[in-house]
Order: sequence, then structure tokens, then C-alpha cells
Amino acid sequence: MTSENAMLEEFAQREYEHGFVTDIEADAIAPGLSEDVVRLISSKKNEPEWLLEWRLKAYRHWLTLEEPNWHNVKYPPIDYQASVYYSAPKEKPKLSSLDEVDPVLLETYEKLGIPLQEQKVLANVAVDAVFDSVSIATTYRETLEKHGVIFRPFSEAVHEHPELVKKYLGSVIPYSDNFYASLNSAVFSDGSFCFIPKGVRCPMELSTYFRINAQNTGQFERTLIIAEEGAHVSYLEGCTAPKRDEHQLHAAVVELVAMDDAEIKYSTVQNWYPGDAEGVGGIYNFVTKRGACRGKNSKISWTQVETGSAITWKYPSVILQGDNSVGEFYSVAVTANHQQADTGTKMIHIGKNTKSTIISKGISAGVGQNSYRGEVKMMKGATNARNFSQCDSLLIGDRCGAHTFPYIEVRNTTAKVEHEASTSKVGEDQIYYLRQRGLSTEDAVNMIVNGFCKEVYDLLPMEFALEARKLLSVSLEGSVG
Amino acid sequence: MLEIKNLHARSDETEILRGIDLQVNAGEIHAIMGPNGSGKSTLAHVIAGREDYEVTQGEIHYNGKDLLDMEIEVRAAEGIFLAYQYPVEISGVSNKYFLRTAMNCVRKHHGESPIKRTEFIALLKQNLDRLGMDKSMMDRSVNEDFSGGEKKRNEILQMAMLQPKLAVLDETDSGLDIDALKIVANGVNALRSPERATIVVTHYQRLLDYIVPDKVHVLAGGKIVRSGDKSLALELEDKGYGFLQELTAT
Repeated sequence: MTSENAMLEEFAQREYEHGFVTDIEADAIAPGLSEDVVRLISSKKNEPEWLLEWRLKAYRHWLTLEEPNWHNVKYPPIDYQASVYYSAPKEKPKLSSLDEVDPVLLETYEKLGIPLQEQKVLANVAVDAVFDSVSIATTYRETLEKHGVIFRPFSEAVHEHPELVKKYLGSVIPYSDNFYASLNSAVFSDGSFCFIPKGVRCPMELSTYFRINAQNTGQFERTLIIAEEGAHVSYLEGCTAPKRDEHQLHAAVVELVAMDDAEIKYSTVQNWYPGDAEGVGGIYNFVTKRGACRGKNSKISWTQVETGSAITWKYPSVILQGDNSVGEFYSVAVTANHQQADTGTKMIHIGKNTKSTIISKGISAGVGQNSYRGEVKMMKGATNARNFSQCDSLLIGDRCGAHTFPYIEVRNTTAKVEHEASTSKVGEDQIYYLRQRGLSTEDAVNMIVNGFCKEVYDLLPMEFALEARKLLSVSLEGSVG
Repeated sequence: MLEIKNLHARSDETEILRGIDLQVNAGEIHAIMGPNGSGKSTLAHVIAGREDYEVTQGEIHYNGKDLLDMEIEVRAAEGIFLAYQYPVEISGVSNKYFLRTAMNCVRKHHGESPIKRTEFIALLKQNLDRLGMDKSMMDRSVNEDFSGGEKKRNEILQMAMLQPKLAVLDETDSGLDIDALKIVANGVNALRSPERATIVVTHYQRLLDYIVPDKVHVLAGGKIVRSGDKSLALELEDKGYGFLQELTAT
């Protein structure tokens, strides 16, 4: 039986396939953070005064904050002065089409399996690609514009649609929200901006790929999605980074706003570099994601597959303000080797008849530690509100851990909250059974893990579900004898 | 096809098999009977390759190859199938997907391409009908929330689909009513051919009313204490396992 364990251990050892570095000249500023750095970032992006002021307010507030320590993850103190807060590929000035993007960059995205070119016609996905700190290319701009959909690098939206950005930036996650959100608000460099006007069903999936390339660089992107009355959008996000021996910081902010009858589906496949088998290197992923169901009958749905990062700290949440609004959170989080994840969601029910569903699947292997942390709040006005939460943990081997921290607060007597939790192990008897039918150990574990995640996979857009499946098998892949 | 010589095996510190000799030829059906704890199931699992058991002495040859040298999945791909006494549940994996994956793993081992979807569906339908199984079972998770009888039928279905050369049935009859027993027996008999062999491990004689064995072996205390034809099973039924104590004592 010890041999079985050793085999599972081995199985949990992973190879990271996106670990290459792109050799490209970068325009980066010196490491460190100060008001001057905030001003420099703002001026490099040629930002209006009001945005600079907002950044500075955020920075000054950040100085008063302490790094949170309530989470169930351990890491040495981060030196925020050692990080580079802005790095951009040295650009040829003004690109008018994709053909003019540096071919080395395009090649990078090809390697990542993200063809920015015409293949996308078939896939029907519009892509924005963010490399280190700046947005490289946005495809399908014209098709989208015909429908009135604005899909832009954030930095461009600031210039082209200042009134929209000003109105919604920080409206869901204020610059004072938390330590990492404040930091992001001060130094964010780029990200995606997306606006779906009233009554429009976005004609294609929108997608952003993030890539950290430069060394010692933090990535602080900001995404803002607004769905006006009756608008529908499905948005996908993917992330990778090269292998580096030092930790890199990633602190993103994503804000979603859904008005009456609007629907936003936000899917993430997060595959930042997790560090090596000994826990050296890897991305610190401290992310704030929140959606506001402002309008009645609105719906926001978060689906995430988290296989990367050394540390993940992330709680995509929904504020259910509009009556009859719906919030959903579906998550698969994998921690192998020395990875740690403290992730979950918050569902804040304010309006009447609001409904939320939480399905969280945590998989731990190696000495990985996986925590689910979820908060369900039923406010006074949340008459007949409903929540259902289900948290399942799967353990591979006997040195990893799974933890569940549910917080429930109910202030309305008609509200109903249900919570279910389970923990299971990949059983030796299951592996034996599948091998007796001809599957290799690796195929057997993949089959068991994929079965465990099925409820969440079924909710991912199809091509993402395939990617997630592949990613998970790579994550848990090893040299099984 | 299968040749077992002086096989000794233990689990942890306990020796369970203490010198088994058995020869099974292609085309034959062998029944292994014996009281609880005699080592019947252990023998079945040692043939399949379960790693909880350590073979301390003896050898097993399968079609001329050293079976003990082969990984579990290689044995399976080479045609050894074990119908489990307690089939295992796999949550979230549909029975259909599992079956097809298993078949394709075996095909891959033999350098064959994956089975075509239409071919698979046709074969599946044919076997479901024969076993009186509803096709809705194919969309349910492997063995999850199956009744005892459904699980056993599901084992026989897998056997029918995988078409093994050597099938080992580990107490497949336990907990089955008479109708289910007949169906299971039909499944086994349908597979009967000059190229295949079956070992039926059972505690009771009644399964052998429907699967007529060529040879019956009685296992007690980790050894085969008697072998004979099908009449031995009837004799056991008549006398019970009590009389074996004399045999094992000597």
C-alpha cells in the first residue's frame, strides 16, 4: 500500500508546459513603489487627471493598510519595494492591425495555443491579450462594434469612453476595499474593458489571455464588464507565466455590473506558474473579483478552474441587489506539490427572492493545501432568498490537506441557506478497479478526478471545458511507472 | 492457458495461499469452491494482480508468459478479466464513457484504433438486451447508487463488451435472486468458446446449475484439497463444508 502512495505522490509531480520566456525588449521602470511611480505609470499611459487622482487616493489609502493574515496560507513576507510595477514590450508606435504586432509576441501566443489570427473566426471568440502590463491585440473589434459592444484594452477605453470608465471604475470594488485591491487601484497597468449595451446579446465569447513574461514584474490588471438592461455576455479569461525561481506577484481586480435582466458569465482558467516540486518560484495570485447584480432578474455566474499559482487568494463574489437576481459560483481548484489555495466566494443577498448557488471542488495532491472559504449573507430585505452551497474535497495521497470555512449570516427569517460538504480520497480500490479494466494508473486518476469535477465542467463553455480537462491532467501528470 | 504452480501468497503477515496448483485450458470452465476464508477471493485477486497481496513462492504462467511479471493493466489488456464481488463506484464518470475508455485501452495495447462510435453503440445495445439491462444505466455514474444486482449485471456487461480470454468471477452469484442468477449465467455461457476459459469462484452450488463446470476444485486453508467433475459440487452441497476439516487436518 505504501507503493501505491509513492505512486500517487509521483503522479502529483507536475510539469509546467508554459514555462518558456519570450526574449523581447521591454520598457520597464525601476523596481519599487512610491507616489512618483504611480504618477509615472499614469503619465506613460497618458491618463487624464481624474484617473491619476484616483490612483493616488488608492496609493495613500494602501499605505494605511496591513497585509491580511487571516487566510490559511503561509509565505515569507513580500517586499513590495522589490517588484517592478510597469513593464511593456517596447512597442513600435501605433499599430493599426494585428499584422503589425511584433511577430515574437504573436509566436508566444501561438505557443500558448491562442491564435490571434483568423482561426478565431471558427472559434467565434474575440480575444484581448495582455502581455506583462499592456494589452497587445484585440481581435474582432469591428464585428463587435457593429453590435455596439465595446471590447477594449482598459487603457484605450480610458481615452475613448472616459464617461463609462469614470462611472463604473471602483463602483463595485472601491479603491479602499482591501490591501491588494488598493494596491491594484494605485498601479494597475492594463486589462480589458467590456460594455454590452441595452438589449444586446454579445455575438461571440469574449476572451482575455494574460501572460507575465518579464522578471520581478508584478501584474496588476483591471477588468471591468458592464451589461446594460437585458444584455448578455460570456467572458473567458486564461493566464500563464514562465518558470522563474523567484515569486511573482499578481494582484488583479475584476468588476462586473449587471443591470435589469442582464446576464454575465465569467469563466477563468488560471494556470499561472505554480512553482517547482520543491516549492521554489511560482506566482502569488491575490485577486479581488466581484460582481454586482444591480438590476432585477439579473444574473452573474463565476466559473473557475484554478490549477496554477504558488498561492491563490481569491473570492469571486456576487452582490445580489436587484430583486430576483441570481448569483452562481462554480469552482475547481487544484493544489499539487507545494501549492496553497484559499479560495471561495461571497454571496451577499440584499434583494427579495434572490438566489445563489455555490459548488466548489477542491483537489489536493502532494503537500498541497486547499481551503474553501465562503460567506453567505442574507440581509434584512432578502425576503425568500435562497442559497445552496456544496463543497467537495478530493485528496490524492496522504500528505495534502483540505479545509472548509463556511460563514453564514442570516438576518431575514424567510431566507433559506443550505450547506453540504464532503471529503473523499482517490481510493486505491478505485485505481485497482480501473486498472483491471485496462486503464493505466495515470488514466485511472484522471478519470476519477474528472468525474469529481464533472458538475463544474458541464458549466464551462465547451472549448474551455476541453482546455480545463487537459490542464487538469497536465497538472496531475507525472512519471508514473 | 493458465498454469499455477505451488502458489503462496500473503497479505501483511498472514499467509493465505499455501501452495496452489491449478491448470486451466482454453475452452474450460473451472469452479473454485470452499468455505469462507479459504482463500478463494485471494486467488482471484492474485491472478488479477492486486498489490495488497505478496506472492512469496510459486509461479503463474498465462499463455506461456510470466503473469506475475505483468502490471495489472497489462494483464487486463492481455485478456484477464475479474468480475468483482464488490464492484467499485466512480462518481461523475458515466458507465458508457468508462466502458468505451476501457475497450479503447485494451485496443490500444494491441495496436488497434479506437472503436467507432456506431460500432460501440450497436455492440452495447446488443449486450444490454441480452442482459436485460435498461440503457439509462449507461448514463449513470459507474456503479453509483446501483443495487447489488445491478452492480453484478454491470460486471457481466463489462465482461461481455471486453470479451476477455480468461474471465474470473469472484462470487458474482452472492446476493442475486434466481432471475438475476440466470442472466449472469447466460452472460458467462454466451462467452463460452474453444479460445476462452472461465474460473467461477463461488460459495454455493446453485450457480453451477446454470454454468456447468468442466472441473470443480475445493479450496480450504489456502490449498486445493479436492478436484473433480461437476458431481463434486453436488457432493459438497449434500455434505456441507464440514467434511473438509478431515481433509485439511491430514
